Amino acid sequence: MLSSVRGAGHPHAPRSRRVIYIPPVTDAAIRTDRLRKVYTTAPPKTGRGAPGIAPDTSRSPAERRAGGEVVALESLDLQVEAGEFFGLLGPNGAGKTTMIGICTTRVMPTAGTAIIEGADVRTQSTLVRQRIGVVPQRPNPDNSLNVRENLVFHAAYFGIARAVANARARELLAKLGIADKAEAKVSQLSGGQQQRLMIARALIHEPRVIFLDEPTVGLDPQARLDLWGILRELHSQGRTIVMTTHYMEEADRLCDRLAIIDQGRLLAVDTPEKLKARAPGGTLIELVLDGSGDAIDAYASAVPGVSSAETIAANGATTLRVYSERGGEVIAALVALATENGRNIRDIHLAPPSLETLFISLTGRQLT
Amino acid sequence: MTATTIDVAQRATPGRIFLALLRRDISVARRELPYFLLRTTLQPLLFIVVFGLLLPRMGYMTAAYKSALLPGVLAVSLAFSSVQSVALPMVADFGWTREIEDRLLAPISIELIALEKIVSGVIQGLIAALFVLPIARLIMGPIAGLSVTHFALVIFIVLLGATAFSVLGLLMGTLVNPQQIGLMFSVIVAPMIFFGCAYYPWQNLSVFPVMKYAVLINPLVYVAEGMRGVLTPGMPHMDLRAVSAALTIIIAIFWTLGLRSFAKRAMG
Repeated sequence: MLSSVRGAGHPHAPRSRRVIYIPPVTDAAIRTDRLRKVYTTAPPKTGRGAPGIAPDTSRSPAERRAGGEVVALESLDLQVEAGEFFGLLGPNGAGKTTMIGICTTRVMPTAGTAIIEGADVRTQSTLVRQRIGVVPQRPNPDNSLNVRENLVFHAAYFGIARAVANARARELLAKLGIADKAEAKVSQLSGGQQQRLMIARALIHEPRVIFLDEPTVGLDPQARLDLWGILRELHSQGRTIVMTTHYMEEADRLCDRLAIIDQGRLLAVDTPEKLKARAPGGTLIELVLDGSGDAIDAYASAVPGVSSAETIAANGATTLRVYSERGGEVIAALVALATENGRNIRDIHLAPPSLETLFISLTGRQLT
Repeated sequence: MTATTIDVAQRATPGRIFLALLRRDISVARRELPYFLLRTTLQPLLFIVVFGLLLPRMGYMTAAYKSALLPGVLAVSLAFSSVQSVALPMVADFGWTREIEDRLLAPISIELIALEKIVSGVIQGLIAALFVLPIARLIMGPIAGLSVTHFALVIFIVLLGATAFSVLGLLMGTLVNPQQIGLMFSVIVAPMIFFGCAYYPWQNLSVFPVMKYAVLINPLVYVAEGMRGVLTPGMPHMDLRAVSAALTIIIAIFWTLGLRSFAKRAMG
């Protein structure tokens, strides 16, 4: 009874938990195997209540809906090595939050396994929780407690004695630059300070793996840079860090390896450098043209320096998407081409080879 | 980041974590004690002023009514402070604050997290009842037949009653949306109080037989009747064995449903 109720009510939860599952021996901090999640009710949303972020009501095009069900993750295999700074990159609704939810035992997978530090999220969830720290996207401190108490009580939830917890809380608050707020109410903290408190909370029990869900959303640029510094330091101490983001720059600068996820599927996983090297055909140039029709992409392909060209029609406009081997040099020729064809140019977008151009080539869509 | 070594695996025993969760709820409750008592005991105390002091003095009520009223008022205080102290924070937690998230990350089973909420609700119910008893006695003056000779029985019934309403709080706290809190009190709680045999002994409902049996679905009936049985045994009251059996069944049903609902809400 005691271990069988977590996740009860889920139609796919296994009925019997009597079989003792012994996870395979692995050095990986995290390993998921054919992980799948289908929601029968509304899936969790990263954007929930985030400052400056409208609630994500669409969640399309992320999931395919079949008979009222929402497939958030589809057969996801991932391995994160111990000590790695790993990024999950993808647009809103890609399945990043679901992935973090499963790894932190807060969402029950529909199928597949996830092993965190050798413990199975399904059958050994308390063991998993002992070994992880979680920083939510939206800070959710305990408002009935002050800043220091938030840390000391959280430590107590992990069995840490009060004297040790107090010392450690002081240390962490100093390290994160909010020592002067120790006795303040959490409501008196700024967004950035609350985010630091969440990081301190995630670290108070010395977890080996830290999960951060879109940690920089809603932070001002300085707070974001500060947070990057903090994350780099945690990484340098040998902790495994898993972070979701939809900011390319953040993923590129911080992560050892990145998984690009879209619509619940793993599209690519590699170091940022190797991923960028996979970006096709150099600089991406997009021309948004009035009207639709005609084979302007065929003409564009013939422009010297253009390696490939395609058109996408939407909302009465046509986007001419061109990969150029000569960077922006081909723009003049493309503009001339559009003018010759009697098309008005509404917008021009130019992107050097980057994670962004890779993402667009993989999914056909912009990331943000 | 630190020189302190922390062996979570060794120290994170369920018992220790359970007590830490309880300590959190009790220390938060202690800070809010005046508001908590005001919220949960003002209504029963006002009732005592009108029906236990004014009306008897005006001659509309006999002094004997005080003996029927006191256990009922204690039952109301006990029941509704238990249900509120579990349900209200939970509605907010699951509705919008998600503050409970830090406790859901504790390495302990979800059943024990729910159980801790029940224990904390029982403690708060006891505090409210202990607060109301002397004040009620003070307002009403001497109460015929009041006795606490069966102290162990008093404790037993009080614990059963507070537990029943704490598990009801767990169920309500996980089912009710924040927008429906007001509705919950006017549609569920108010009828429960008025038809809970708090202000009259159940046996006297024989004057209205249909109602006498209809009210048996109301858990408050058993708490009020049980309190009468142990505090003013001279007043008509339900057999304590029937009271205990009914409360035990209620606890089992609400716990099963409440835990299922809690686990569902807790798992995103």
